[in-house]
Amino acid sequence: MEASTREAYGKTLVELGGENENIVVLDADLSRSTMTRLFATKFPHRFFDCGIAEQNMMGIAAGLAASGKTAFASTFAIFASGRCFDQVRMSIAQPLLNVKIVATHGGVTVGEDGFSHHSIEDIALMCSLPGFTIIVPADAIETAQAVRAAAENYGPFYIRLCRPRSPLVYGDDYRFEIGKAATLKSGDDATIIATGLMVSLALEAARRLKGEGIDCRVLSMPTIKPIDEDAIIKAAKETGAIVTCEEHLEHGGLGSTVARVVAKHRPVPMSFLALKDKYTSSGKPNELLASHGLTVDGIEEAMRHLLDRKRA
Amino acid sequence: MPPQKSDPLQEGDAASASANISAEALSSQKALSIDEMMVMAKTLRRHIITMTAKAGSGHPGGSLSSVEIITALYFNVMRHNPRNPNWPDRDRFVLSKGHAAPLLYAALAEAGYLPIEELETLREYGSRLQGHTDRTKTPGVEMSAGALGQGLSFAIGISLAARLDSKDYRVYVLLGDGECDEGQVWEAAMACAHFKLDNLTAIVDRNRQQIDGWTKDVMNTEPLEEKWHSFGWQTIKVDGHNLSQILNALDEAKQIKGKPTIIIAYTTKGKGVSFMENNPDFHGNAPTAREAEKALEELC
Ligand SMILES: Cc1ncc(C[n+]2csc(CCOP(=O)(O)OP(=O)(O)O)c2C)c(N)n1
Repeated sequence: MEASTREAYGKTLVELGGENENIVVLDADLSRSTMTRLFATKFPHRFFDCGIAEQNMMGIAAGLAASGKTAFASTFAIFASGRCFDQVRMSIAQPLLNVKIVATHGGVTVGEDGFSHHSIEDIALMCSLPGFTIIVPADAIETAQAVRAAAENYGPFYIRLCRPRSPLVYGDDYRFEIGKAATLKSGDDATIIATGLMVSLALEAARRLKGEGIDCRVLSMPTIKPIDEDAIIKAAKETGAIVTCEEHLEHGGLGSTVARVVAKHRPVPMSFLALKDKYTSSGKPNELLASHGLTVDGIEEAMRHLLDRKRA
Repeated sequence: MPPQKSDPLQEGDAASASANISAEALSSQKALSIDEMMVMAKTLRRHIITMTAKAGSGHPGGSLSSVEIITALYFNVMRHNPRNPNWPDRDRFVLSKGHAAPLLYAALAEAGYLPIEELETLREYGSRLQGHTDRTKTPGVEMSAGALGQGLSFAIGISLAARLDSKDYRVYVLLGDGECDEGQVWEAAMACAHFKLDNLTAIVDRNRQQIDGWTKDVMNTEPLEEKWHSFGWQTIKVDGHNLSQILNALDEAKQIKGKPTIIIAYTTKGKGVSFMENNPDFHGNAPTAREAEKALEELC
């Protein structure tokens, strides 16, 4: 089953808007794409389209938050993070204001639009800001819960969603918790830690590896900051090897964050599946992911190499 | 990849400069007549439809609205040489609204920068024709764009360099009217007047639409002409689908000294295809194969 994380966001905003009058939503001429349009239709007086002016939007969101509102601000991930970085830093992060940046079209799965629209540095940028909580949901079910959690917990959040519809990896009984990894499969030979769209690939790779007699643990890591150190340390201790997998540059994303925890607490061999250190280009989402080795095959192969290193 | 020591696009420059070829010889573009340009405009529209339909994505609406502006620039006004895209004396065209890339590629192909057949590779993996313009990939493309609001600043740099190098080339920039929401556009607007950049002409495609709706409803930019005027610009209003008005305005802009000129070109988004005109669905969606067929029937 597939579902859209953006749609889950828009629908959850409508629910939240009905429950809480303090919720306001801002967009920058992309409300059809980010799905804030759903909220705008229902609560027009609490929706502000700022036009194609993302920096201004972040400043306005900060002012609303400083006046007691819970402000959701949405645009594409590349513009939310890169273009507005200083506005977010000065007006939202340092004053620790209650702004929830929900950025859609993250990663390279915007595909054909090309590098101007590929958001490959956003997690590094946003994780660098003290006080921010960074969440990359794996599917629509987790998105709905993460958006709700952001509304219910004070402080600045960055939630990164993707453009395509994506496979559901969680059941209805799943309970998202900020800062907690979800163990989607147990196993003791090694661990795959994945985030966002990569989680479903990780599960499929683990299923295939099991057929070869390799029993991998699969951790879904929706919160990149603050990261679930306990789950990482436990995986390092119990499985002795970790592969990370993410739709972001290797520099400063999930892999770097996990490696820091591992290096501090329990060094084990690691391998990093991520976008290579270069600018991307136009192509179909799957072609682009494949060109960076972000496939089920890629994960399997990385795991086999890693296990050789673990044994050596 | 080793770090680049210089901009690869500048490499051709030294060679052509040392060859010391006269501007006339290099500028192989013969200016088309108005009638010929009208035919060319239709050809570009047909390319936009087939390219985006084949790609299955892209931005036909804002490409179709700028067709006459680009036609006038590339096939009559600008001094450029498709056989030497990096000719140092060329007039520069900066596409700030980078989503109109299909139109620019079509014009570059018709001018001879690219094989016409290559147009159908738009947005494919490995193609030189990226979804939004990329100066590292496509000959004749001056600026990597797609994030709106940045083109005018880039053009200022090119325009100042002309002054430093005592060159007489001109710089043209095409902006969207929704794009004028961006603060950077106005920072650049102020700087253009401050630096008295009379070798720079901006054109705004005033199709009155952006993605979320009409510009007056999303973020009102009116009075647009007065804004530019108060920022120190000469302003000229034209019907952006009327080639002779566009040519006259571009000519007039050349005569104005000591300040930059902006041409506010009133256009229709999706122009030329009845069911695409003023239809927001075709801002960022390609026509289906059927729609493309219907569109091409209207464009013959
Ligand atoms: C900085 C930035 N924000 C948002 C977008 C997404 N976007 C692409 S086109 C567009 C609307 C552009 O409107 P306009 O400038 O009027 O162009 P036109 O109507 O001529 O196509 C938007 C919001 C973008 N490309 N860049």
